Amino acid sequence: MSMQADHSNRSWYKRNEIALTPWLFLIPGILMFLFYVILPVFQSFYISTLDWDGLGQGTSVGLENYRELWHDPAFYISLRNNLIWLALYLLAIPAGLFIALFLNQTVTGIRLYKSLFFFPFVISQVVVGLVFTWFYDPTFGLLNTFIGWFGFGPINVLGDPTYVTYGIIAAGLWPQTAYCMILYLTGLNAVDPEQIEAARLDGAKGWRMLWYVIIPQLKPATFIAFVVTVIGALRSFDLISIMTNGGPFGESRVLSFYMFEVALSEYGFRMGYGAAIAVVLFLIMLCFITYFLYSMYKEERGH
Amino acid sequence: MRSITKASIAALAAVTATTSFAFADGLSGDLKIFLDTSNPAPRETFETMIAEFQGMHPDLKIETTIIDREAYKTQIRNFLTANAPDVATWYAGNRMLPYVQPGLFEDVSDLWEGELGENLASTKAAMTIDGKQWGVPYSYYQWGVYYRADIYNELGLTEPKTFEEMKSNCQAVLDSGRKCYTIGTKFLWTAAGWFDYLNMRTNGYEFHMDLTAGRVAWTDDRVKQTFANWRELIDMGAFIDNHTAYSWQEAIPFMAKGEAAAYLMGNFAVDAIKDAGVTDDQLDFYQFPMIVEGVPMAEEAPTDTLHIPSNAKNKANAKAFLQYVASADVQTEINAKLGQLPVNNKSSVNADDKFVSQGFEMLNGAYALAQFFDRDAPAEMAKVGMEGFQEFMVRPDNLDAILTRLDAAAKRIYK
Repeated sequence: MSMQADHSNRSWYKRNEIALTPWLFLIPGILMFLFYVILPVFQSFYISTLDWDGLGQGTSVGLENYRELWHDPAFYISLRNNLIWLALYLLAIPAGLFIALFLNQTVTGIRLYKSLFFFPFVISQVVVGLVFTWFYDPTFGLLNTFIGWFGFGPINVLGDPTYVTYGIIAAGLWPQTAYCMILYLTGLNAVDPEQIEAARLDGAKGWRMLWYVIIPQLKPATFIAFVVTVIGALRSFDLISIMTNGGPFGESRVLSFYMFEVALSEYGFRMGYGAAIAVVLFLIMLCFITYFLYSMYKEERGH
Repeated sequence: MRSITKASIAALAAVTATTSFAFADGLSGDLKIFLDTSNPAPRETFETMIAEFQGMHPDLKIETTIIDREAYKTQIRNFLTANAPDVATWYAGNRMLPYVQPGLFEDVSDLWEGELGENLASTKAAMTIDGKQWGVPYSYYQWGVYYRADIYNELGLTEPKTFEEMKSNCQAVLDSGRKCYTIGTKFLWTAAGWFDYLNMRTNGYEFHMDLTAGRVAWTDDRVKQTFANWRELIDMGAFIDNHTAYSWQEAIPFMAKGEAAAYLMGNFAVDAIKDAGVTDDQLDFYQFPMIVEGVPMAEEAPTDTLHIPSNAKNKANAKAFLQYVASADVQTEINAKLGQLPVNNKSSVNADDKFVSQGFEMLNGAYALAQFFDRDAPAEMAKVGMEGFQEFMVRPDNLDAILTRLDAAAKRIYK
């Protein structure tokens, strides 16, 4: 009886302290997240139903922007390029693994080699873009001088609609491979030497060792590498802007660049149409976000 | 006591005298200027001019920001709304429209009343929207064909007067193992220079203006005729290969190395071409030749302008600065340095510069002046159009698809 009285004497906060405290700590983060992430998502949905130049009063046009998007060839080119980016950018993962395995040895000065391989990730994407633009230059570039030795004609990589996207992806793979490499290098440090020892006793070596012993242990690194590479592919904006500005005639645009051109560049301020593109891009990303959340959830439950 | 009062009154009087003097002669307060004159020659010109203005008004605190020319185009809208300077550079014609319509530029019609308006009369139409003037021009320049005179002499060619001569010249240049024209279409607008001239020479100035104003369909047969003329040059192989990979500056080395003989450009290119190693004797200029006989010769003459944002804080100072820039002497001085033409008709043209004097003569005799495709057409139409021109130069067979696309875009944009 006395205990019960004691219990009710304590304030409401005291009684629920254990349940409340985590939320109190989370509040600043949650508020920021709501205000800067969740709210803009819904705002984009709303703006995508407007015809608005970003300054004056917008007029509601319903789903007109989406209808126009459906008939817009530039949209499909951007969407196609986005998919090419997603598929080919993933090559950074095996390439990074290969280089990591190659560098994972004890030789004098290995740290220097590792840093040199990591270097492209440290420099700005803008610099990467510029360097590759010069590399690809059809008249003076290194690439065409090189293939010229073997008797091949000059290829205008960045000016030809068929090659341009692949050319930019190749430039993007350079730093991205370095990033994956560093993830795998740290992963390789955590590989259990006893398991390798045991596998060796069982006669595993070469590919079988890699496939059945090493790679399963690198799963966390692979997961992170996959996540950052997908994100990298979807935010490929800077390289495109520097290397081709979306050209020639829009053939190298991806959705994010097209959105920028429509809504924020020099030649048009169609916020509604831009927001509609953003919504489509968001829906594509949502597939990946759902996948990541689901696999993280599964992981947590497994532990 | 009396003497003290007397003395202080005298001192006060002296102070008032000096302040009123200062008001009459010098401006005070702040003046924030944003410029897009990032190329070396214009940059220096503007810095010198502003320093002189500062010298006239020592109490004025002038703050100048020079922004990269291409970046400026995307930034202007942000700074006009959020952090407006007192003076900003921009372009005449329809290019002002996106800032005039939402009320971001200040109406400066009062500056145009009286003598100054008469002196600037030639560009008044290009500065007028809804019967008001929204800025003041400081310079304009001609477009035309800049060519390597030494290559033309070597091949025994003369400046063409007709399209036929232009093509036969081009054939001779091609036969000598060179390209006729250099061009870099990475940023699209250079291709619009060709379209503008071909269209104005094929169909005339009025038709061109109707087209950029959305009064004629892009699928019109007359537009197709313009592209057919263009195609003749493309099929000859007149333009350098791989032009989609280059900016206009990156296309200059082809001309400097003698791999291409000519460049259709604005006069601002002269500086850059000379910097690339072409001497004054090697470089010459001709007017874009006639294509259809009887079509009056109109020229491109884009006008560069200064504006006062509506959100500016020191509008009186800004107006004084605009007046200063528009005055005859200042226009003479800055345009001599810019290598361009003064708008003020009381100014004098630098007669030592053969390009400027030829251009001045050509524009004086012009039937009419166009601004440029991306200044005459609304921004969105300009973008879609110029992309189409670039595609046409690479894949001329796509013409019908391109024109259908432009027409669909025009129907949406001009509605």
